[in-house]
Formats: sequence, C-alpha cells, structure tokens
Amino acid sequence: MSQTTPTTAADEFADKATGMQKVQSALHRYPWISPLFVLALLLIIFGVLGYVMGVGDLDNFFKPGTISLMLQQTVIVGTLAIAQTIVILTAGIDLSIGAIMVFAQMFMANLAVYTTASNVTFMAGQNPVLAVFLGLIVATLCGGLNGFLIVRFNLPPFIVTLGTLSIFTALTLILFKARTIQGKEMPDFMLLMSTKFEIGPLTLTLGLVVMLVLYVIFAYLLRGTAWGTHVYAVGDDPVAAELSGINVKRVLFSVYVVAGIVIGIAAWITIGRTAAASPNVAPEINLETITAVVIGGTSLFGGRGRLVGSILGTFIIVVLDFGLSLAGLDQAYRVLAIGVLVIAAVAVDQWIRKVKA
Amino acid sequence: MTATTNAQPIVQAKNLNKSFGRVIGLNDCQFELYPGEVLAVVGDNGAGKSTLIKCLSGAHAPDSGEMYVDGEQVQFKSTNDSRAKGVETVYQTLAVAPVLDISENLYLGREIRKKGILGKIFRSLDKKKMRKEATQSLNDLGVLTVQSITQSVETLSGGQRQAVAVARAGAFGSKVVILDEPTAALGVNESARVLKLIKDLRDRGMSIILISHNMPQVFEVADRIHIQRLGHRAAVVTPQTHAMNEVVAIMTGAMTVPEDQQQLTPVR
Repeated sequence: MSQTTPTTAADEFADKATGMQKVQSALHRYPWISPLFVLALLLIIFGVLGYVMGVGDLDNFFKPGTISLMLQQTVIVGTLAIAQTIVILTAGIDLSIGAIMVFAQMFMANLAVYTTASNVTFMAGQNPVLAVFLGLIVATLCGGLNGFLIVRFNLPPFIVTLGTLSIFTALTLILFKARTIQGKEMPDFMLLMSTKFEIGPLTLTLGLVVMLVLYVIFAYLLRGTAWGTHVYAVGDDPVAAELSGINVKRVLFSVYVVAGIVIGIAAWITIGRTAAASPNVAPEINLETITAVVIGGTSLFGGRGRLVGSILGTFIIVVLDFGLSLAGLDQAYRVLAIGVLVIAAVAVDQWIRKVKA
Repeated sequence: MTATTNAQPIVQAKNLNKSFGRVIGLNDCQFELYPGEVLAVVGDNGAGKSTLIKCLSGAHAPDSGEMYVDGEQVQFKSTNDSRAKGVETVYQTLAVAPVLDISENLYLGREIRKKGILGKIFRSLDKKKMRKEATQSLNDLGVLTVQSITQSVETLSGGQRQAVAVARAGAFGSKVVILDEPTAALGVNESARVLKLIKDLRDRGMSIILISHNMPQVFEVADRIHIQRLGHRAAVVTPQTHAMNEVVAIMTGAMTVPEDQQQLTPVR
C-alpha cells in the first residue's frame, strides 16, 4: 500500500491564528522582543521626562558621558548573567554565582598582593598573570562542584547552590579575612579590564569588550552547536532528552563548569570595574543576575529564552538605575520598578507557554 | 497452523527475566519479531509489556536472558545501543523536546556538523543540511504539511507531534520501530492518521512492534498479536484466527491456546 492521496497525515490539524495569537507566537518565537520593547519604552520615557518636561537632571540622560557610564556599569551583572542564563536554560538556578565571583576575585587579589591580614600569605606575591589564571581555575572548580553535587546526588540546583553560596562566602572570609584590597595595591595586570579607550564620543572599557565577546561566543555555542541544542533539550524535558540519546548528566555538569569559567572572567572584570577586591562588592548580585535573565525573557522553567535577552535585561536594570537617580528619585523606586518587571516577565512567559499552532 | 518457515526473527528474546526488588516484571519471557510485520503486544496492566519493550529498546537491562537482533546477540546498555543496531523507539510520553523545532528534534542526539574546520574545531552544526534532510524524511512518510520545518514542536497538534516522533524513528535507516501506545493521547481522527503511518512504515519494509491497549486498533493494523500475561508470553495469535474477546480472555487467563493453534511464525 502506498500514499494514495496528496493530503498527508498531519495537515488536517492546522489552526488559523487570530491577532492576539500572532503576538503570542511572535513572542514565542522571539522571546527577546518583550525586553527590547521595555528597554525602548524606558529610553523614550526618560527622554521625554528629561528633554521635554525637564525633570531633575534627566536632560543629561543622553549625554555621551552618561551613556559611557551606563555601558561600563553593565559589565558585572552582564557577564554573570551569561552564566546564569545557561544554568536557567537547563531549568536550574545558580544562587552561588555572586559567592563564587567574590571568592575568585579575592583569590586572585590575595595571590597577587602581599597582605598581612590574609591566611594565605604563604602563597602571596605571585605573578599577577598566574594569579588571574589560578583564579579562573578556582572559579571553574567551584562551578564543577555545583555540577558534581547536582548530577551525582540528584540534588536540586536550588539547594546545592544555596549551600555552596554559604560555603564559598564562608571560605572567602576564612581564607582571606574580610580585608578589601585596593586597586592601587595591585599590579597593573589585575586592573587590565578597566583599561579605557574611546570610540567616538563614548569612553568604553576593555571589560565591556570582553563581555560583548563572551555574549557572541555563547550565542554561537547555544544556537550553532549540538551542545547548545542539548542544553535547550535538557532544560525543556530531561526525560525526552535522555530517551533521545542525550547524556543529560554530562550536559548538566558541563553547564555548571562552563558557568564557573564565565564567573571567573567576571571576577577579573569586577576587580577592574571596582578598582578593588572586596568581599562586599556586590551583595545583591545573585538576584540581579536572575532578574536580568528573567526580564530578558528566559523562562525559569527551562528550555526557553535567548542569550541576547539577558544583555537587554541587564541594560534595563542599569537604565532604570541611572534614569531614576537622575530624576532625583530614591533607589527604592528602582527596586520597586524591577520587582514589577520581574513579575510581569514571568507572567508573560506563562502566557507564551500556552502558545498554539 | 501455518507451516514452519525458515525466516529468521529480526528481533528475538529468549528467557528474559527482570525484576524490580520483589516485583517481577518479566518471567522467562520469549519474544520474536519477523521482518516486515506489525506485531502488536497486548496485555493487562502489570503483565510486563512495558518492561519487555524497555529491555528491547535498551532503557532497561534484563537480569538474565538473551536478546538477538538479526541473529546477532546483543546487550543494550542504553537506548543509544539499540539505536545503533537499527532499533528505534517512539515513547508514549512523546519523547520530543517541545521548544526545539522539527528539524532539531529529528536530529536530536545525532546532529550533523559542518564539514571542515567549522565543524571539526568550532563544532558548527549544518542546519541547512539537517533541515533539507528532515524535510525529505517527512515527505517520504507523507507527513510534511506543517508550515515550516523550523516551527517549534510545541506549536504542533498531538497528531503532528506523534507524526514527527514516528518520522524520527523511521528516518535513520532503522529496521525496527517500537511504538509504545502511540495513539493513547490522540483523538479518533489523529489516531487513524498514525495507524496509517504505521502501515506505511511496514510497507516500506520496516518491522514494527506496537504496544497498545486499544483492541480495535490492534486488530486493524497487526499481523500478529503477542499476548503478555504475568511476565511472560501467553500466546501469539492473529486477528484472523481469534476474536477480540478471545484475546481479552487470554490476557486475563480465562483461556489458553495450545501451541499448535498459535501463530509463532510470520504470516507475511
């Protein structure tokens, strides 16, 4: 028996899409549309407030100096958001990102500088290149520990990284005490990422370039390689992925290791950005990375989202930050606005998930 | 009933045993699938249908017993092992990744990389080739009516998704396709489409194992019916020689069939 009619097995199930469904399926296909929309809206609002209504200092908002500062301000959250994105794409979460970053930057700084307050003075005074390199290794190992615990003992990522958040924070204090090492104490190489250069009217830093290059690399890895496809498949439905012949545990482990490498690079960038290595550098950083990723349209339930959304999410946070403070408003309004955005982003995600043909 | 032929089973299992703690899944189970036939596997809940199929597809390793594919003894440690021997499985739970598109799903776990440096060093996927070949496979099976091969699977209906899953199983030079309750989640029309797809696959020379609870469907497409009971094979009959109520009676133990009235050899 052969195919006797041109009509085929699947064609009678097609639906006709209505207007709202078209929006839904467009968002479904391009989840970064909503953060792009929010970012554009914010820029328009702050522009109108500043240049038409003259609110506060907002008429400085589009000056090159402000834009340069805003761009420089994105590097820490923006880089860490890459690590958070790939973890969240596997339906996991990494609460230890900030702790690993702080641990790695304290490790780098304490290796490169003699400090009397540290417990690792016996290792101090290393070549700064070696110090940064070893710091990257340490961050990778920290990520690997998360991955190992999650994969080997089938523990939920939330619990594992909640635990390692405490562990790495404590290790930072135990090994390096609470001493902040200032940038002027460090060899120049440690601060390399803060190297400034000018493009047109803008002043940018090397750290910003490294962050953007990382975005390009990871966008390629996620969309252009089998590894990326597997990350999405594992986050989407681990059982289906396993039955399709994907080694789910290996993919999960690799994701946390790779996140560790990115966090290590972020640690070096942070030393440059803050011109210091401090255990208190970014107390809110975990939630900020999660916020950037979620506002960026990546689903906390895994398998859905684009990396470009995370950098848009980071921009949204920074633009809100600068815009509201230039408007003369308290930081509390920024926190309020971000809270609203997070809930709205998750609500939109839930709606997108119900997409039909 | 039929004279014994010399046809060699394409998939064969001898004396399979598998237990889960104190629960016995398979108890000296025999199994034969011949080339180019649709063999339905039926049985009550707990009769060991799923366990048998999981052993054959490599999802479980049997505690003891032997399995053969094309006369060659095999030991499957994972579903990849069975796939390498040409045995593909379509799971009841629709083992497709909803967010990935149709082409990505067809090639999930066996992606094609670009040739040369891009593929070797940068591990770059050859999406163009995968899409082209995915379109070809779906066309061959007569299931390409979706708007686009890059459409994500979750935007498809249940029947279309199942068609993708079946196409995936039939697309890679496989010899045997195991279908676990392929119509359980589908409506009447969609089920009919999938049944037609099963017949098409058989007509293309594939051997098919169909696990189903739905007797009318089993009687529509099956060449032979393997009846599983209490962890082993109670009988193998054909839709021509036995009626549905007799099959149910064998399933529940109300009736037994002497071996000379069974259909242990291929009918095709």
